[in-house]
Amino acid sequence: MARLDDTNLATAKEIISRYPRIKSATIPLLHLAQEQDGYVATDAMEHIAELTNTTPAQVLGTCSFYEMFKREPVGKYLVNICTNISCQIMGGEELLHHAEESLGIKGGSTTADGLFTIEDVECIAACTEAPCLQINYRYFHKISNDQFDEVIADLRSGGRTDEIPPHGTLARIRQHIPADRAAGNADPAGIPEPIWLSAPATAPPEGEKA
Amino acid sequence: MAVTDAPKITSSRFDLADGHTIERYVATGGYQGLKAALAKSPSGVVDEVKSASLLGRGGAGFPAGVKWGFCPPGVFPRYLVVNGDESEPGTYKDRLLMEKDPHQLIEGVLIGCYAVGCSQAFLYVRGEMALAQERIAQALNDAYAAGHIGKNIYGTEFSVDIVLHWGAGAYIVGEETALIESLEGNRGMPRLKPPFFPAAKGLYLQPTIVNNVETLANLPWIMSNGAAAFAALGAENSKGTRIFAVSGHVKNPGVYEVEFGVTTFRDLLYAPVYGGGIRHDRELKAFIPGGASAPWLYPEHLDVPLEAATVGKLGTMLGSGAVVVFDEQTDMVKACHRLVRFFARESCGKCTPCREGTSWLEKILERIIDGLGRPEDLDLLLDICDNISVGMNWPPRQTTICPLGQSATSPIASAVMRFRDEFEAYLGGPAEITVQVKGPAFVGPYVHEEATADA
Ligand SMILES: Cc1cc2nc3c(=O)[nH]c(=O)nc-3n(C[C@H](O)[C@H](O)[C@H](O)COP(=O)(O)O)c2cc1C
Ligand code: SF4
Ligand code: FES
Repeated sequence: MARLDDTNLATAKEIISRYPRIKSATIPLLHLAQEQDGYVATDAMEHIAELTNTTPAQVLGTCSFYEMFKREPVGKYLVNICTNISCQIMGGEELLHHAEESLGIKGGSTTADGLFTIEDVECIAACTEAPCLQINYRYFHKISNDQFDEVIADLRSGGRTDEIPPHGTLARIRQHIPADRAAGNADPAGIPEPIWLSAPATAPPEGEKA
Repeated sequence: MAVTDAPKITSSRFDLADGHTIERYVATGGYQGLKAALAKSPSGVVDEVKSASLLGRGGAGFPAGVKWGFCPPGVFPRYLVVNGDESEPGTYKDRLLMEKDPHQLIEGVLIGCYAVGCSQAFLYVRGEMALAQERIAQALNDAYAAGHIGKNIYGTEFSVDIVLHWGAGAYIVGEETALIESLEGNRGMPRLKPPFFPAAKGLYLQPTIVNNVETLANLPWIMSNGAAAFAALGAENSKGTRIFAVSGHVKNPGVYEVEFGVTTFRDLLYAPVYGGGIRHDRELKAFIPGGASAPWLYPEHLDVPLEAATVGKLGTMLGSGAVVVFDEQTDMVKACHRLVRFFARESCGKCTPCREGTSWLEKILERIIDGLGRPEDLDLLLDICDNISVGMNWPPRQTTICPLGQSATSPIASAVMRFRDEFEAYLGGPAEITVQVKGPAFVGPYVHEEATADA
């Protein structure tokens, strides 16, 4: 599909402005492309190369290293089931098998209606809440087979959209640094020793007793 | 043996529904640690953190204040990079610290930047953690608006921006030099140390401090309450408190902040306020003391304190505070296979022993589980391990660019040496082992006199 649209281009420029070297914005911009199209399109990678002053091959090289970037469309809902150690011994593999049976697909594939993709993933940092999974990176802790089926039924009937945005959207809140508060980027080539290191505590912080 | 009433240093807001908001944070003492830090000189803050003996909580356990001192003098700008990539299997604490108390982390970052003289900070959150990213974005926006971050903080000369950055799914990016590569927009492949020790040549080849989320989350408390109060908690070489995630076959899996160094594994697994005992009142078979990379421990180690040096002498580590508990019915061959599969999947591919070795190990374990194993397979497994981690000693000898390769040998050496009979059951007969394995956690005797005497 597409290059970044005007709204996303503005967001991309804001993200780029926060890095001393613009190539650092590559991964956040790939996420932005994935948010726009549901996956990372070739045109988008070319656009990102222009924006970060790199080549499309470099962008692809970075993109293809990371699990979360999909270079082909996936389901609207990406169901990531953890089968790593803490989950394995608490029923994670059984949960995966249930999901595969219930959706009629194998891990790594997508339902014919394009709604669901299942992945068998590594630890998602919810180990004490096993078995667990993420749908579009939103957590479901200690989930039973019945609860799984319920969530899937809800999503099928168009529910839970507040809780789970379509695949590609990660954080729905973005950082904005207000211009009048910004300290500015630390250019690796041209920033001297910070003033406070040599002349510390010029004005004592307000309300400080000590 | 101690379930102590040590204060909660980092998890004090975990039970508050609105602990992540700036209002609640400020109402519960928030940003006072930063103010206390700014009333001191930067080197005074470094000294304070040094005398608190705050050990890094990301895995290696290196003293934070000492690391801060490694930046070469006179070289600027310096950067601070927060390692919020938490993905070591079994580990679950940094996500909670970011979701439930983002301002505490931000305050810790500010204190670190002030002390070290960092002109910009990057907060690298694991890609899969959408809620943590949202909570931190909101917290940063609110903290900028309230004047806690940015230009001339509280009217002083101290100015710094904190930039939220997020990853895209790769365990190896948790390794500090890979994290820096990723932050530069590249594949997350580790750099060779030396010369690329981040404190000397890190982000954009400038001096860079990489600290774990939990490490930094301790700083506001240390600055507010003083290093002496922090160092009064814990044991000789393990001060303060630490968060442990107890997962697997306990009655109450959970995330517990305990006094470091004095609480024992028995407390953590069996005390009613923590793990509450093995589920269905079964017997304990083994436990991983510090994440998937750590060699395993056994029931005879239960009275060992959660103290970094003591656990190190046993030939393993507290790593990232991830304790995974196996009851007597666990299939240790399958557990071993799942751990090795993880390392095989996550190897970045830069070094041959790790890239090739981990996938060979995975395939051999797979055929053993499928009933197609050969009697010589146990020796073959250990021989490959011996090539990745020479002598299978502890700490491992580095044959690769980063320690991921050696980590993959921990579950194999543990499982094969201790649960050989389970492998033989899969193989259908006895299997000879000729490869020499040295690590104390792998070969026993499983209770070490020095270790218990110290405790
Ligand atoms: C393969 C590998 C994965 C790692 N993953 C993490 C991680 O997810 N989070 C983390 O803080 N440290 C991780 N580390 C340790 C970091 O390299 C580094 O030591 C740590 O972030 C330093 O912070 P600290 O001194 O505050 O502990 C990992 C190390 C290796 C070798
Ligand atoms: S040891 Fe493995 S993960 Fe680490 S750099 Fe080498 S190949 Fe990559
Ligand atoms: S092992 Fe499944 S979340 Fe950690």
